[in-house]
Amino acid sequence: MKFTLSWLNDHLVTKASLDDILGYMGKAGLEVEHVIDPRKALAAFTVCKVLEAEPHPQADKLRVCKVETIDGVKQIVCGAPNARAGMTAIYAPLGTWIPGLGMALDKKPRAIRGIDSHGMMCSSRELELGDDHDGIIDLDGEYMVGMPAAEAMGFTDAVIDFEVTPNRPDWLGVQGIARDLAAAGAGRFLRNDVKKAPGSGECPVEIKLEAPEACPMFAGALIRGVTNGPSPDWMQARLIAAGLQPRSLLVDVTNYISLDRARPLHVYDAAKLTGAVVARLGKTGESLEALDGKTYKVSEDMCVIADGSGVIGLGGVMGGQSTAVSADTTDVFIESAWFDPLRTARTGRTTGIHSDARYRFERGVDPQSCVDGLNLAIALILEYGGGAATKGRIVGSIPARLNKVTFYHGDVERLTGLVVKPAEMKRILKDLEFDIEDAGDAWYLMPPSHRFDIDRSADIVEEIARLVGYDQLPTTSLPMPEGLKQSVAAARQSRVSIARRAMAARGFLEAVTWSFMAREHAALFGKVEDALTVANPVASELNYMRPTALGNLAQAAQRAANRGERSIRLFEAGPIYLGDGPKDQRTVIAGLVQPSPQRHWQGTPQPYDAFAAKADLFALLAALGQPGDKFQIGAATQPHWHPGQSASLKLGPKMTVANFGALHPAVLKALDVDGPVYAFELNLNALPVMKAKSTKTKPVLERADLTPIRRDFAFVVDADVPAGELARHALGADKQLISKVDVFDVYQGQGVAEGKKSVAFEITLQPREALKDDQIQAIMDRVIASVSKGTGGVLRG
Amino acid sequence: MSDITSIEQEALAAIHGAASLEALDAVRVSELGKKGRVSGLMGTLGAMSPEERKEKGPALNALKGRIEDAVRARKGALEAKALEAQLAREKIDLTLPAAPSAGEGALHPVMQVFEEIAAIFGDMGFRVAEGPDIEDDWHNFTALNFPEGHPARETHDTFFLKQGQGNLPKVLRTHTSPVQVRTMMTEKPPIRILVPGRVFRNDWDATHTPMFHQVEGLVIEEGIHMGHLKGCLVDFVKAFFEVDNVTARFRPHFFPFTEPSAEMDVQCQRSGGVVEVGKGTDWLEVLGCGMVHPNVLRNCGLDPAVHQGFAFGMGVDRLAMLKYGMPDLRPYFEADPQWTRHYGFSPWLTPSVSGGLS
Repeated sequence: MKFTLSWLNDHLVTKASLDDILGYMGKAGLEVEHVIDPRKALAAFTVCKVLEAEPHPQADKLRVCKVETIDGVKQIVCGAPNARAGMTAIYAPLGTWIPGLGMALDKKPRAIRGIDSHGMMCSSRELELGDDHDGIIDLDGEYMVGMPAAEAMGFTDAVIDFEVTPNRPDWLGVQGIARDLAAAGAGRFLRNDVKKAPGSGECPVEIKLEAPEACPMFAGALIRGVTNGPSPDWMQARLIAAGLQPRSLLVDVTNYISLDRARPLHVYDAAKLTGAVVARLGKTGESLEALDGKTYKVSEDMCVIADGSGVIGLGGVMGGQSTAVSADTTDVFIESAWFDPLRTARTGRTTGIHSDARYRFERGVDPQSCVDGLNLAIALILEYGGGAATKGRIVGSIPARLNKVTFYHGDVERLTGLVVKPAEMKRILKDLEFDIEDAGDAWYLMPPSHRFDIDRSADIVEEIARLVGYDQLPTTSLPMPEGLKQSVAAARQSRVSIARRAMAARGFLEAVTWSFMAREHAALFGKVEDALTVANPVASELNYMRPTALGNLAQAAQRAANRGERSIRLFEAGPIYLGDGPKDQRTVIAGLVQPSPQRHWQGTPQPYDAFAAKADLFALLAALGQPGDKFQIGAATQPHWHPGQSASLKLGPKMTVANFGALHPAVLKALDVDGPVYAFELNLNALPVMKAKSTKTKPVLERADLTPIRRDFAFVVDADVPAGELARHALGADKQLISKVDVFDVYQGQGVAEGKKSVAFEITLQPREALKDDQIQAIMDRVIASVSKGTGGVLRG
Repeated sequence: MSDITSIEQEALAAIHGAASLEALDAVRVSELGKKGRVSGLMGTLGAMSPEERKEKGPALNALKGRIEDAVRARKGALEAKALEAQLAREKIDLTLPAAPSAGEGALHPVMQVFEEIAAIFGDMGFRVAEGPDIEDDWHNFTALNFPEGHPARETHDTFFLKQGQGNLPKVLRTHTSPVQVRTMMTEKPPIRILVPGRVFRNDWDATHTPMFHQVEGLVIEEGIHMGHLKGCLVDFVKAFFEVDNVTARFRPHFFPFTEPSAEMDVQCQRSGGVVEVGKGTDWLEVLGCGMVHPNVLRNCGLDPAVHQGFAFGMGVDRLAMLKYGMPDLRPYFEADPQWTRHYGFSPWLTPSVSGGLS
């Protein structure tokens, strides 16, 4: 919402400066977004007089001028066709920022075709005061040299733009702004009560309200013999300042009252109306060609204005072309009605129309303003357009609010810590036009009819607190609570923090990628469903809630590769979505590497592969206090992995903790990512949370005093038996004594039968007491038996 | 005595002439070994008269000692020479690159700032709470006092999913505030929580991204008023920006879920696209806050006549920008390695109030 300082002064008697007004606005809750103060913007520019203007010896179109300025007489080279001796112009000294050119003048005199120019004379476009750039500003009349340009040109009114919060539609009128600023202490509010406009004879246009739930009140009047020319200059200037284009007197008057009083109106060319004007609900099949030139379908939920010809307007949203006023209009019918906010909002959403009327009605227009708005419009039209008005026709009524708000003035201190005297509270509430009934601790308050946001004591507390000023609030540090509660979420947060640091320590760069991905890409990672599809995506490739972080990471790695990065390691700690329920979200740690060949003087390094991904995953698990050995390792559980180069880690048959390995080449191709790509994705939610121990004390160290015993084995097994199975069965032979099994060789080829492989491993025995040779031999025999039985392997001789 | 003299001369010459440890050992054996010359002479002592033994004994022992010393000295010299040769052979060129390693990665600034914020509020007794990104209409709006059809809903640019509950589609949470509701509905006051998370709004330009990060705070405790809110947040901005003289101001504002509501600005200096907090005369909005609205308390099953407290919410991405000088929001979500290396953090930097945040 934009308004000017002089406009505000129509409703507020104040000596406050612009800066003070801005301060009061902030205090009252009107958040200033932008201020254009022409005095400040044009401070560098002053009036000058051209004493001489001689042709430039080197250029036909340039003139060399002697100019009397605030800085003395200056030589200025000027290209404007209207530069001439004796004219009064606007001078910009060297170094001045010229807003219309978006550049500053040089700080030193600049030679133009060999002649130094000590400044500039400006056009109105260069000062952003108009479109005229055919010549420099040529002031008509007597002005002192050195007078500020803003003053000389009559641009002294500051324009203030601020944010109107949805709870305060009364701030959509300058009058409402003034009321709050007065209550904040900026000055005295002028009520400017509207007088009944002169009118004679009944209004011949009949008004019918057929849907009082949608439009309970409608005031109208006819003015005959109007001249619909341009509106007065002052009104046009205010509309322009507010960001509206002046059109004609009749339209401008409605817009002006909308801005001045937050009271939308509509005007119809009475000659184009047929029969009664009816406010009713729409009917299927009806449509309206609206003032914006577009045709809208009408639905049964909308409130429409209709006459004998059909729909002529969407109530509270926009009028229609067929009855619009034009330059030829002489008889005008004025509508000042009240439309239900929720229905207006729905109509606005359905049609997509964003009009000033909709904006006000959906937030709430003062029901008491129907008649005032009509009278104000009649008065302005008669004053500037002439003609004769009928009496107003007022149909329907809006029931006044009945319930008072109970305000406990002790709530001010209870909720804000502010100590305010009851008399000051009353002063503020009276300034805001509340009606107060003092009953001791409780006051019964009737809010003014333009307020829709006052329902309870807390709402009054805010009124008092903001107008006393939030700067008066005490600043009290939070008292420390007794004993801190711990939570599961906190445990997960700390695991996320550890995991992120573990990943970064292993060379991974942290990415934060969209929770979205393209639905067609998500389909590569599993079944897609509508429940996870965004109905109104910001971009078509961001229309699905990702079931994995790997798709986005793979594409990011490819983007990096396209820019010449090599072997980028990326990870992300973030959410994935397995469904739309509150428990369907998981936190994953996903790591991904798109390796590129590396060279080294000691020999070609082993490239990053599925085992490297396994190493990173296991290091991550170790950092989280979960050794990788405790999980069962099996086939990957998701379709997007290379079937021969991937695996999963599980806790029990159903709980998959992680998948890792190479991504499926077909998936990469569909994502337009060059393979191979190795990755892992760890589901943090599936990791058991370590139970907090009752004591921080650690158990006594049970030192292994005896030297570990190590023995090597080699088995020949079928080639498709996983090496991990041999290790698992070896370990199972004596869980007490065998502390470790390390596979150190896998061999296929000469000496081993076709379809078989040899697997060699070392076992480590950690004896608790001295073992005799026959005891050790017995364990070795158990290992051989266990592995043979479990895997069909034969001990290699 | 001539024996002794000549043996000594010969032995010392042999010792000095020994070119290797093996040759030296041969000399030692031939002189001092069981069958060596010196041992041989020692063997003759037994047959001597006591007077002769008294004279020869010490002389022979002294000879043995001198030869032993000479052997030891020569051994040391030979070993030193051998080591020198070995070291010369072992010389390598350490200007060559080490074996390739992944090097050190970097942490994303937004995630780092999350942890900084959690550290500060953790120090004030807040604990972390979480909730789902996909929410229902009730938790995201209705329970937070956004009535259906209210224009305040429109300011949120909500993303909707294609399916929902009943006739209302599910939404992507537009703020972290639904976690307030979930917490108040499942826990009894006193409550002091901090909610970090992703939030979503359908807006994408130079200053908005369709996904961004918020931190929400909620305190429901006896006697907590707006002065505590102010004190808590002033303490926060001082700790967060790590400057002593942060000036903050509170302005009235409107949020459906708080009453009274406020926005907090910090004083700063803007010049050349850089914002510096703790200087200057400009103001910068950093967060929204207020006392929890009675309707919200009631919707969550708490009696507003008994319970009261405050809530606040802040945009983490923008706070990160302000503190660390990233000029633009857009690269946050592009996973650009150059950007992450430049603006990211070392894994060894864990924010804590006592140890420093950054």
